[in-house]
Amino acid sequence: MPLDQSFTGRTYPPTEPYQVGREKIREFATAIGADDALYHDVQAAQKAGYRDVVAPPTFPIILSFAAMEQIVTDPELGMDYTRVVHGDQRFSYRRPIVAGDELVVVSSIDDITHRGGHDFLTTRAELATPAGEPVVTVVCKLVVRGHGE
Amino acid sequence: MSEMAFAKGQQLPVQTFRVTRADLVRYAGASGDLNPIHWSERTAVGVGLPGVIAHGMYTMALAGRAVTGWVGSADAVLDIGVRFTRPVPVPDTDEGTEVAFTAVIKSVSEDDLVTFDLTATCAGEKVLAQARVVVKQI
Repeated sequence: MPLDQSFTGRTYPPTEPYQVGREKIREFATAIGADDALYHDVQAAQKAGYRDVVAPPTFPIILSFAAMEQIVTDPELGMDYTRVVHGDQRFSYRRPIVAGDELVVVSSIDDITHRGGHDFLTTRAELATPAGEPVVTVVCKLVVRGHGE
Repeated sequence: MSEMAFAKGQQLPVQTFRVTRADLVRYAGASGDLNPIHWSERTAVGVGLPGVIAHGMYTMALAGRAVTGWVGSADAVLDIGVRFTRPVPVPDTDEGTEVAFTAVIKSVSEDDLVTFDLTATCAGEKVLAQARVVVKQI
């Protein structure tokens, strides 16, 4: 059954603040093979004008992926996550994420379309400080494969 | 003009990254994406894949590395977006596979925003489309 298009525009409650840890940034940078000093070396980051080490560009997926649970497990929406394929992904920054940041995620459904037997779901996660300073917008398009293949 | 100034139409040199099963396991742990299609051959084949495939987000992270490598600055990325078009199968060998990135400069704005159009290939197949990265040139 196609996803209910009336869910377009739905916004989910904000997550609890996520504490961006220095070691988590280092772990993520190491996992993607990035040895840049800004991701690992506090002194190098401070020399470049940051409070602490900087997160690599795709780091926010950790937060947005966890927050997207609200959408994919929403019983009213009823997505079959076993049929979900990652279509598009985008990160749009206001400023880099730095260790010590606290970030709250607000997830929304921007679009639902149905074509060719598949559902296309566009989700958006706004990452901001608890004080409301926007930091990065994460847009993720998911394809829910239909059963008629 | 700084020495890293880019010009419209400029072609960037190829950067190649090796991807092994160990990389995928490490990425799964670091990112929290524990989907077994990225580490279990049984599961991957069971859902119709040729075998274990890389996380799309791992390939995207490599795209980020390619761009920060070209720019020479780890914090330059303002916007990065990709479409995942083909999976990156990662065989259970010491060599794994390779993903190669190249790019062309699509535009340079008056306020020094540089837009890269990336091409990512694995075993001769394009694995990303509409892969576009905007950096601030300093």
